[in-house]
Amino acid sequence: MLLHPDEILETIKMVSNENLDIRTVTMGISLRGCCHPDIDTFNENIYDRIMYYAKDLVKTTDEIQSLYGIPVINKRISVTPIAIVAESCEATDLSSVAQTLDRAAEDAGVDFIGGFSALVQKGLTSGDLKLINSVPKALATTSKVCSSVNVASTKAGINMDAVSLMGRIIKETAEMTKDNSGIGCAKLVVFANAPDDNPFMAGAFHGIGEPDCVINVGVSGPGVVNSAVRALKDPTLGEISECIKKTAFKITRMGEMVGKEVSRRLHAQFGVLDLSLAPTPAVGDSVASILEAMGLESCGTHGSTAALALLNDAVKKGGAMASSSVGGLSGAFIPVSEDEGMIRAVRRGSLSLDKLEAMTSVCSVGLDMIAIPGDTPSSTISAIIADEMAIGMINRKTTAVRIIPAPGTQVGDMVEFGGLLGAAPVMPVHKFSSAEFIARGGRIPAPIQSLTN
Amino acid sequence: MSSSRFIITVIGIDKVGIVADITQVMALYNVNIVDISQTIMADLFTMIMLGQIKDENFDLSAFQKAMSEKGAELGVEVKVQHEDAFRFMHRL
Repeated sequence: MLLHPDEILETIKMVSNENLDIRTVTMGISLRGCCHPDIDTFNENIYDRIMYYAKDLVKTTDEIQSLYGIPVINKRISVTPIAIVAESCEATDLSSVAQTLDRAAEDAGVDFIGGFSALVQKGLTSGDLKLINSVPKALATTSKVCSSVNVASTKAGINMDAVSLMGRIIKETAEMTKDNSGIGCAKLVVFANAPDDNPFMAGAFHGIGEPDCVINVGVSGPGVVNSAVRALKDPTLGEISECIKKTAFKITRMGEMVGKEVSRRLHAQFGVLDLSLAPTPAVGDSVASILEAMGLESCGTHGSTAALALLNDAVKKGGAMASSSVGGLSGAFIPVSEDEGMIRAVRRGSLSLDKLEAMTSVCSVGLDMIAIPGDTPSSTISAIIADEMAIGMINRKTTAVRIIPAPGTQVGDMVEFGGLLGAAPVMPVHKFSSAEFIARGGRIPAPIQSLTN
Repeated sequence: MSSSRFIITVIGIDKVGIVADITQVMALYNVNIVDISQTIMADLFTMIMLGQIKDENFDLSAFQKAMSEKGAELGVEVKVQHEDAFRFMHRL
């Protein structure tokens, strides 16, 4: 046998005991050919286009899952940012487009559909504004639709008018989904430097430079990395980095194989493989737990940013060697509600919002799945967004904010979302006002880092 | 997918007749055993086989179902996975 039994058992253990999975096979579909002034025709075009490409997505992915014995947790679709294709629609309320996306997702059998999005880093068109204003209703009347708005980039700076607007939209979305703890906000992300080919939700959309149809794959495996690090006997940090790199390499290879085979069978282009350590509420499948395995008593204490930097970098290096298509976000996610170690750290008082913000300067995305008190002013939410966007803009990286001002909750309450979204402890925010700063509006100019030409 | 070879793993508490019963199902589905290894790891019976399938219209899901059912009968866990799942991870 060319393969050693130990190698075979190692792979089997990763899947059965350590939650290695293909987190998502996401089909990106261009809707650029669907534009129409009449919104009903536009919706029809969208539905037909999605069903044309995605009709066999779930069936094919299920076949691959059983062929390789590797679980594929989610099947998803991402589409061209709706603000772009809906620009010429005469209607002002675009929530029916979200409902169309929801219906297409349901009929195609996928778990989520992303792309109810707008890219407004330098300014808002009337189409962008229509889309953003439709977001609360869109998220309140659909179950599978995800929305994202890119409000900043290293090249354009930060659109503070959009930042201000998004603070209000997040509050409104929470209010409109208050019967479900503000769950609409769990499907809404505000970005800086949003990638065009990210397969992960809630931020996935099909970028404007992408082809008609593409397959992007997201692989995850914090549990595998956690076990590998914990198996080391008294390691140096260099040895930990080496171990994470090797583990990331193995996980990425698995995603590469699945991505290539799914795209071959669906006659679609293979876009990117995104190796992101995306935690789940399962015990041990936790990024916080990996940081603690490196020697921190509790995630969030001093040293957490350094440990996360080591982790994120080693994951990228291992991934880059394993596939020539590594892209998207690739690194470590640090959502609170989806990670049992993060939840524990918040509850025992070792992890604060400020520390999370610091950690986002070295992780792959940003402030993610954080619940804050329902009475937090929208200007404070906007200011949290502005801080996070600044980190992304200056460091030439993607950052994002997915925050839930859970209606009727106070610091210390737990907010249940269920499934992969988990449960979030409500965290305190600063009491001092940012309202005047946010009300100034305008744009924070592009930084000196943008002058690369 | 580069071949029609599958890795079959059988893991569970050892008892008389596991190999015979499992290979009988394989014979029924015309799956040829290319290689086989068996060991006891941490008190668990562990058998790994490399099986080859010749038939182009092979019904993989029916075979997987039959193998799982036989495994459940014997109190062991049986998995049938394409060899690429392991080759991609451990070989370049």
